[in-house]
Amino acid sequence: MPTLFGSGIKRREDPRLITGRATYTDDVKLPGLIYLAILRSPYAHAKLGKVDTKAAKAAPGVLAVYAGADITDRVVPVPCAWNVPNCNLKTPPHPLLAHQKVRYVGDGVAMVIAESRAAARDALDLIEVDYEPLKAVTDPERACQQGAPQLHADVPNNLAFTWVVAGGNADEAFAKAEAKVSLRIVQQRLLPTAMEPRAAVASYNAGTGQLTLWATSQNPHIHRFLCSVMLKIPEHRVRVIAPEVGGGFGSKIPCYADEVLACLASMDLGRPVKWTEDRSENYKATIHGRDHVEYVEMCGTRDGKITGLRTRVYAGLGGYASTAAPGVPTILHGLMYSGAYTIPNIHGTVHGVYTTATPVDAYRGAGRPEATYLIERLVDTLAREIGMDPVEVRRKNFIPKDAFPYTVATGLTYDSGNYHGTLDKALGMLDYGAFRAEQEKARQQGRYLGVGVSSYAEICGLGPSQVAGAVGFGGGLYDSAVVRVYPTGMVRVYIGTKPHGQGEETTFAQIVADEFGYPVESVEIVHGDTESTPQGWGTYGSRTTAVGGTAVKLAAQRVKEKAKKVAAHLLEANEADLEWKDDAWVVRGSPDKRKSFAEAALMANVAWNLPAGVEPGLEATAFFDPTNFVYPFGTHLCTVEVNPETGQVTVLRYIAVDDCGPPINPMIVEGQVHGGVIQGIGEALQEMAVYDAEGQLLTGTMMDYAVPKASQMPKIETAHTVTPSPVNPLGVKGVGETGTIASVAAVVNAVCDALAPLGIKHIDKPLTPARVWAAIQQAKGNGGGR
Amino acid sequence: MIPQTFDYVRARNVGDALKALAAKDGTKVIAGGHSLIPLLKFRLAQPARLVDIGHLDELRGVTEVRRGAKIGAATTYRDLLESKLLAERYPIIAEVTSGIGDLQVRNKGTIGGGLAHADPAADMPAVMLALDAQLVLRSKRGKRTVAAREFFQGAFSTAMAEDELLIAIALPPLPRGAGTAYVSFEQAASGYALAGAAAVVKRSRSTVAHCTLAMTGISDRPYLVRAAEQLVGTQGLPDAIEHVAAQAAAGVEVNGDIHAPADYRRHLAVVAARRALQKAFVRSKK
Ligand SMILES: Cc1cc2nc3c(=O)[nH]c(=O)nc-3n(C[C@H](O)[C@H](O)[C@H](O)COP(=O)(O)OP(=O)(O)OC[C@H]3O[C@@H](n4cnc5c(N)ncnc54)[C@H](O)[C@@H]3O)c2cc1C
Repeated sequence: MPTLFGSGIKRREDPRLITGRATYTDDVKLPGLIYLAILRSPYAHAKLGKVDTKAAKAAPGVLAVYAGADITDRVVPVPCAWNVPNCNLKTPPHPLLAHQKVRYVGDGVAMVIAESRAAARDALDLIEVDYEPLKAVTDPERACQQGAPQLHADVPNNLAFTWVVAGGNADEAFAKAEAKVSLRIVQQRLLPTAMEPRAAVASYNAGTGQLTLWATSQNPHIHRFLCSVMLKIPEHRVRVIAPEVGGGFGSKIPCYADEVLACLASMDLGRPVKWTEDRSENYKATIHGRDHVEYVEMCGTRDGKITGLRTRVYAGLGGYASTAAPGVPTILHGLMYSGAYTIPNIHGTVHGVYTTATPVDAYRGAGRPEATYLIERLVDTLAREIGMDPVEVRRKNFIPKDAFPYTVATGLTYDSGNYHGTLDKALGMLDYGAFRAEQEKARQQGRYLGVGVSSYAEICGLGPSQVAGAVGFGGGLYDSAVVRVYPTGMVRVYIGTKPHGQGEETTFAQIVADEFGYPVESVEIVHGDTESTPQGWGTYGSRTTAVGGTAVKLAAQRVKEKAKKVAAHLLEANEADLEWKDDAWVVRGSPDKRKSFAEAALMANVAWNLPAGVEPGLEATAFFDPTNFVYPFGTHLCTVEVNPETGQVTVLRYIAVDDCGPPINPMIVEGQVHGGVIQGIGEALQEMAVYDAEGQLLTGTMMDYAVPKASQMPKIETAHTVTPSPVNPLGVKGVGETGTIASVAAVVNAVCDALAPLGIKHIDKPLTPARVWAAIQQAKGNGGGR
Repeated sequence: MIPQTFDYVRARNVGDALKALAAKDGTKVIAGGHSLIPLLKFRLAQPARLVDIGHLDELRGVTEVRRGAKIGAATTYRDLLESKLLAERYPIIAEVTSGIGDLQVRNKGTIGGGLAHADPAADMPAVMLALDAQLVLRSKRGKRTVAAREFFQGAFSTAMAEDELLIAIALPPLPRGAGTAYVSFEQAASGYALAGAAAVVKRSRSTVAHCTLAMTGISDRPYLVRAAEQLVGTQGLPDAIEHVAAQAAAGVEVNGDIHAPADYRRHLAVVAARRALQKAFVRSKK
């Protein structure tokens, strides 16, 4: 029988999603529902005086109004849950509603609960707040200089932490180096822009003391834990349901104040409370991504051997340290400074800096796109410096295929890889030599063609819980599954991860159905409700399949082992004499003596005739804690033409060759790569969150924040190589973030390659026509732009 | 994104709408709602009452008027695209319209709403200037016609009075054999013009007999480039076109923003103007 593993069947979740029959948080309607609206600071930085709620309280339909002072003593501030050690981390309290000070435009100041959404919104305009504006600073490098406005009383120079990674002796390597290059790189702020904004419905039952929260969460168990902490109610009385979640990209990992405020309101008012943000609120109040200013250097030999890498990074955190924020530019970024290469000497310093801007946290790739980008920009810059083809420099420095497991200078041990394999495949798809010839010809005609290479290795499948503990992550990183077989043989699988667009309702069913010899229709995957799913840690860090999928596989195997005992009993045979064929056990040598898995499942469930010592029922739970992370890798190639007159960049071809181990569903893998690449191209060419000098977000709506549109994006050509990971029995690695991690550098490298004849070395992304044009003007000495 | 409370009336006919506007009680017209509703949601506009004219047949459709055409103010972009008459007589209308918004915007958004809104980066106003469109306005007080060239008075500001309704857009005939073109550089997020140029060029044997050039997206309002006349009498060679295009933003206070600093936008104006003139020239009949 052909296996489902490896087959590109259609996503089973899609019909309900694309026909409007999915239930998102905002679709949840309960009797007596009332509505919450949050007043948000219009100032980036201000002292908070009196918050006068009298008029708002008297407005029609208004049930209650709270300011920060009303709740401070009742709740625990929003915790930062990634306390990275050895970096002098300072995480000053993050009140649920601002108290004494506001620290970014969008900081919650007061809340209104009313009978209708409109009444709640209207009443916001009636709240009078005394603000005493202070100076704003949104640039992380400037924010930690002497004299910058201070956000928190006990955080001098706004320095939340200074974290160092070191391996080998970078200073010595640079001192001795034959060639050195350096760049100043800005990795601009981005707005995650999940299609569904955040929402919450909280319902507290005073009779049972039970709180139920429907929320847009990538990790309902983490929300349960954090809600119980912030509200000071026992965790077993909190149930969190993340129904359909319309994308997250990291922005729905944190447990925000807003969800918890809805809970508090429901507890006070005894009615269910709904809060739903709109897009402009989402752009201010939901976390942002990236925001680095980096000084980076690479050194090597004249014949292309990389000998050292040094960085000094200013990572903007925004006004407060969001849930996972300190871990993103450190553990998920600095530890990856070796990239796909054998760089013997590495030294990185990362300053985490508070700024008067929306908090920054994990955004698709989280730290790794920033690492890949700076490494890949440096590799190209070094190649140019020594006059070598950038492809050759990469080949020369790749970790060789037979060196795995390989420990890089930062201390991580990569599981498996074949970096030459993906590079060669990508070059073949492009016909690299032919493109270089075409480029040469075009240059003679005054046209600017370029090719960008980006070879990456990334860390995902988070991760061993012991390591999580050691690096200060405030939770475990194992995951879980319960496989429950019904009397009719039908299967439900309850998982601790929380798919929200990635397609695990399909891929996990493929894993289980294969195990039992079933069609995929016989298996349902259940996720998102802490009441029915086992303790797990959610979906992020491309961990769901490598960790959660393995738990699913293990639980299914356990179920199968038990069913086999039952089958052997029914066949009056020795377990050892049974052979699994298609969907049944067959007694070796007598092919008509067979019991299907479904028959065994029925007997296990009715328990009329079970072997001695076997309990009735057929279900099993598995918790899987990996021994290591997984390290997907690949090479992306991008070719572009730059119009020197207008600065417009046209992507000619985009080729992605990735290796995520054996793909369970190649179509879904391709979809993940497409989505990731599009987000990366958006970052490379057009997306940027911009603040003005007063800390106002200039890109506060989709009229100014350029989310990529289908019509703006190129065709993406994908291919794969398959190098299994030894870390889990499926051999799989994550593929949810690889596209974003690889693509940004591929595009920027291509544009810089195209403009090399003009002497242009680097342009900061996004490479908008205006920026490219300005760089060209400057290179031509026309002085235009800046 | 919840508007302030407002009343809503669905006009039964134009007279009804004019009556509502004459009350001068904070009533605003709504047609397709594509510009107005976002303003309401942001509470940047807080009208007490909306009078809906989007469905009124008397304001919709394209009719033939001698050698020209008349477009009802509430005609949707989609209807413009489907009009055979416009395709034959003013192909520039389809050229500009196909680049406005997306399908949903074009299905609902109206030409009149777009012009009345007077966004300084909107595409259609430049075309209206280039075609010398005449905008027919009505109020309880009477009817008057204002040239598009007088209509736009600044960002989101027009010659219309509070109680006036835009009824129709009258397009005079194009010079026989004229070529037209609209070229724009789109802002990546909004799709509006960073710089847009609409050109009309007529040739008479080997020389240019008529040339108009209108710009949008550059400053607080769309404008005609007077220097376009300098193409008349030339053979329309690249140098002559370049000479005119170079003046596309001359003497204009050019906008700068995060998408296009002023120097870049000024440059794009020149490029858009050159390309539009070239296209219109090539499309004109010898
Ligand atoms: C997503 C999106 C993308 C867009 N992209 C583009 C683009 O690329 N280029 C571009 O040029 N435009 C673009 N637009 C703008 C679009 O062209 C306008 O929103 C639309 O034409 C407005 O027409 P409407 O009928 O919806 O007007 P409404 O929103 O109903 O009204 C707009 C204004 O005009 C007034 N008004 C309407 N009709 C009349 C009338 N007959 N008489 C007097 N006053 C009237 C209203 O009171 C209001 O002040 C875009 C809009 C959206 C939403």
